[in-house]
Amino acid sequence: MSTEDQDIIIELKGIHKRYLLKQALTGIDLRIRRGSIVGLLGPNGSGKSTLLKLIAGMIYPTSGSIRVNGREPDVRNKSQIAYLPEIDNLYGWMTVTETLNFISGFYADWQADKAAEMLQTMELEGKQKVRSLSKGMRARLKLIAALSRKVPLVLLDEPFSGIDPSSRAKIIRSILSEFQSDEQTIVLSTHSVKESEPMFDDVVFLQNGWIKKFDSAENLRAAYGCSLENLWEKVYA
Amino acid sequence: MQLDFNSSMPIYLQMVNEVKKALARGELSPGDKIPSHKERAQMSQVNPNTVQRAYQEMEREGLTETLRGQGTFIRNDPSLLQRIRSEMAQAAVRQFIEEMRGLGIEPEETERMLRNELHKGMEGE
Repeated sequence: MSTEDQDIIIELKGIHKRYLLKQALTGIDLRIRRGSIVGLLGPNGSGKSTLLKLIAGMIYPTSGSIRVNGREPDVRNKSQIAYLPEIDNLYGWMTVTETLNFISGFYADWQADKAAEMLQTMELEGKQKVRSLSKGMRARLKLIAALSRKVPLVLLDEPFSGIDPSSRAKIIRSILSEFQSDEQTIVLSTHSVKESEPMFDDVVFLQNGWIKKFDSAENLRAAYGCSLENLWEKVYA
Repeated sequence: MQLDFNSSMPIYLQMVNEVKKALARGELSPGDKIPSHKERAQMSQVNPNTVQRAYQEMEREGLTETLRGQGTFIRNDPSLLQRIRSEMAQAAVRQFIEEMRGLGIEPEETERMLRNELHKGMEGE
């Protein structure tokens, strides 16, 4: 393996994904650098969630090849990947603490001290029932679940969707403080570019299942003379 | 710290400039310890790799030094302040000249206007 290969944690070649009635991805080629925070941007239906699920090994491509950490992703990659789904997967009858204990049982790499610490910074009450949490609080709880694991790859699908600005700020702060750039890579899909722009090393603009732009955030800002937020307007106009 | 993501200046250079401005204003002094790049990333909610790049740049420019096990410090060099101030003043003047040129104003006119304004400023005080 060359040094260059070791710097790449995710490699997608000619990925097509077809669902029964819809072509979700139409030829994706992408290499993601180890130790980076990558923003996966695009409007609804552009293929962000499909791409993340493919990388997570939860679904398989119709054609093309994927390598995550040198191997094809499947359910066994669970030990390498923390995945935060867009859907709400929490049980309402559990308390916050019960939820985290329950999730911790699935993962050998769970860091209980980190979970406890994030509970504090994210301002969540352990005793509170999940049912009584606001949408923003549930989103924060889901994020704690994803970030409490010690894994090389973290995939976050729309961690900010439908969340109030103060929760967004807390989530961004937590992601940045928990991020270990020497041993971790984060891929995050979103359409709230304004808040998340400062987090990104590299950015992918997706549209109708293919990559419209992919470069470092600094290069994109320099090339177009504007923020990613304003570039979004140009790309999807 | 105000970072402008619409600026043509890369974020890491904006961060370097913030430190220089703080020095010029006297909010930071030579020998002061500054936050680690990790702390800085959290405080400003900016990508840690970007902050690291800013720290590398500051070190390269001789603005800071990192002492093993102790952290990052503004270099304890008495000539540092003078250097930064003149560097920033020069940049400001260049920008001003560039803008006047952009407006199509001749150098002589620029000079005259500048002298007038400076004069007015002095009278006002």
